[in-house]
Amino acid sequence: MNIVKTSKIALRALNRNKMRSFLTALGIIIGVGAVIAMVSIGQGARLEVEERFESMGTNLLFVRPGSRSYMGRQGGGGSYTNLKEADATAILENCDAVKYVSPNVNGRAQVVYQNNNWNTSIYGVGASYPEIRNWAVENGVFFNESQARTAQKVAVLGSEVANNLFEGADPIGQVIRINRNPYRVLGVLESKGESGGFFNRDDMIAIPYTTAQKRLLGIDHIQSIDVSAVSATRTGEAMAQIEDLLRIRHKIAPGAEDDFNVRDMSDIAESASEATQILTILLGGIASISLLVGGIGIMNIMLVSVTERIREIGIRMSVGAKERDILLQFLTEAIVLSVLGGILGIVLGVGSSRLISHFANMKTLVSIGAIVLAFLFSGSVGIFFGFYPARKASKLDPIEALRYE
Amino acid sequence: MENNVLIQIEDITRTYKVGETQVQALKGVSHDIRRGDLMAIMGPSGSGKSTLMNIIGCLDKPSSGRYLLEGQEVSEMNKNQLAQIRNKKIGFVFQNFNLLARTTALENTELPLLYSDVPTKKTKGLALKALALVGLEGRELHKTNQLSGGEMQRVAIARALVNSPSLILADEPTGNLDTKTGNEIMEIFTKLNKENNITIVLVTHDPEVAEIARKTIFLRDGLVEKVEVNGV
Repeated sequence: MNIVKTSKIALRALNRNKMRSFLTALGIIIGVGAVIAMVSIGQGARLEVEERFESMGTNLLFVRPGSRSYMGRQGGGGSYTNLKEADATAILENCDAVKYVSPNVNGRAQVVYQNNNWNTSIYGVGASYPEIRNWAVENGVFFNESQARTAQKVAVLGSEVANNLFEGADPIGQVIRINRNPYRVLGVLESKGESGGFFNRDDMIAIPYTTAQKRLLGIDHIQSIDVSAVSATRTGEAMAQIEDLLRIRHKIAPGAEDDFNVRDMSDIAESASEATQILTILLGGIASISLLVGGIGIMNIMLVSVTERIREIGIRMSVGAKERDILLQFLTEAIVLSVLGGILGIVLGVGSSRLISHFANMKTLVSIGAIVLAFLFSGSVGIFFGFYPARKASKLDPIEALRYE
Repeated sequence: MENNVLIQIEDITRTYKVGETQVQALKGVSHDIRRGDLMAIMGPSGSGKSTLMNIIGCLDKPSSGRYLLEGQEVSEMNKNQLAQIRNKKIGFVFQNFNLLARTTALENTELPLLYSDVPTKKTKGLALKALALVGLEGRELHKTNQLSGGEMQRVAIARALVNSPSLILADEPTGNLDTKTGNEIMEIFTKLNKENNITIVLVTHDPEVAEIARKTIFLRDGLVEKVEVNGV
């Protein structure tokens, strides 16, 4: 009994029941297809995040209080009070690789204009924030350095907030109330569009950080400093300069840990792509469950088919099929089904990820790794779930099998 | 003369356990079957003829006694060895044909060869030859559901023949056929026995079928009641 003969027997048996064979394989087809499509969505999301961070500029640096913790993630930034306005000023004055600096404080507040009410994020920022973040003012102007330093009650609205409060009217020069304090509107920012993330980047109001400290939050420290290096090539230099300066200013002994951290975009991009990696694993995991269910489907049909084919097994045994022959036949049938299902599933998965990226406007990335993995997994599903029914078939008694009605 | 004996059965018993009680289907049967014989086993239902056929056909093993097939002790073989004996030395023809459904006559006939060591290239030729021998030329590619009862039984006979076995065992081969077709099938058996010198054992309760046999064993209650030799 060789492989050629076994496959011949198994293929003939499958061919006799085309519909049943197809339905059995369907579970695997959908399972493999789902794994490939889901993983491609996750990978696509990661690629998109990486590209987005690249487009935000590579000369951007962030200074946050608190030491750089394990794996580069920053812990509990809000609870530190050791970063001051003077630190930001000192960075701008002393570091020659730094071009712009903006001290930041953030909060949320209720905003009122006439009888319109809106709850939104308040960004307390410096006057050079638009230059650092590549923001454009569509209408009016951003506040200037002296307005920021003297804590003027002025505001620049995100387009979403402008639409909601003013409903098409011109907001420039109007007075809105943020936590009951009156602010004059200087300008409206250009829409930055949906971020694809979990927050709307147009749903915010920018006010001077000094005003936010006094009027909104009642604090005298700042939460972070956004820094723009003079060029992308000099971000490393700027990081080193900022670190040295702040260690001196914060009187940190040599060898002691920093009480702040400076990160560039690549650090942030890394942690963001870590998050999408988790998304990929999650999606792939959910899809794997359907692959597992497909495998159980194969086992189920094979078990039913063993019962249904008891006579056939009896006939085969009476003409000289050994236990091993029957076992191999049923096992081969299961493997052929799951491998063919796997191939069709790959086609389905690649096809549907193309469709998703075309119609849902999402980036997808089909990785060879996912294809290979799904294929191998479907093969093992066939062996694993095919073995029990095959064994059951091979253990039948030929006399009883022949007599079975 | 000794090597002319194909099968030697000595004092065979077969006991089944049905729940708590023991049922003795065969209580000590002895008989020799010679090469080239055409023999019938007759007896009422419950006489043990099916049990005897299963043992001769190596589908079952006796509880005690000796069974020699071409000098080989069969009663002590394991399942795999029995399967091999069935494959090489025995061909079965059943009352209900027992063909694979939705399968061509050719593929059904090829079946035993797929479990033998005959090279894959030769199986088709051997199967076509066996089908020709039972008069089914031109019907090779018909599927079982396109064949009449008589044709199905011919396919079954071709399948039994294809491995050139030492013995063909037919269990009520005409039981599901009308008289005319049944006679045609019996003619094939007679022809195979006379012209190809194939040993045939018929199990039946139909005296007309048994008539063509040269020798008839009558079983009753698990014992040989009498042996009749038809006009030699």
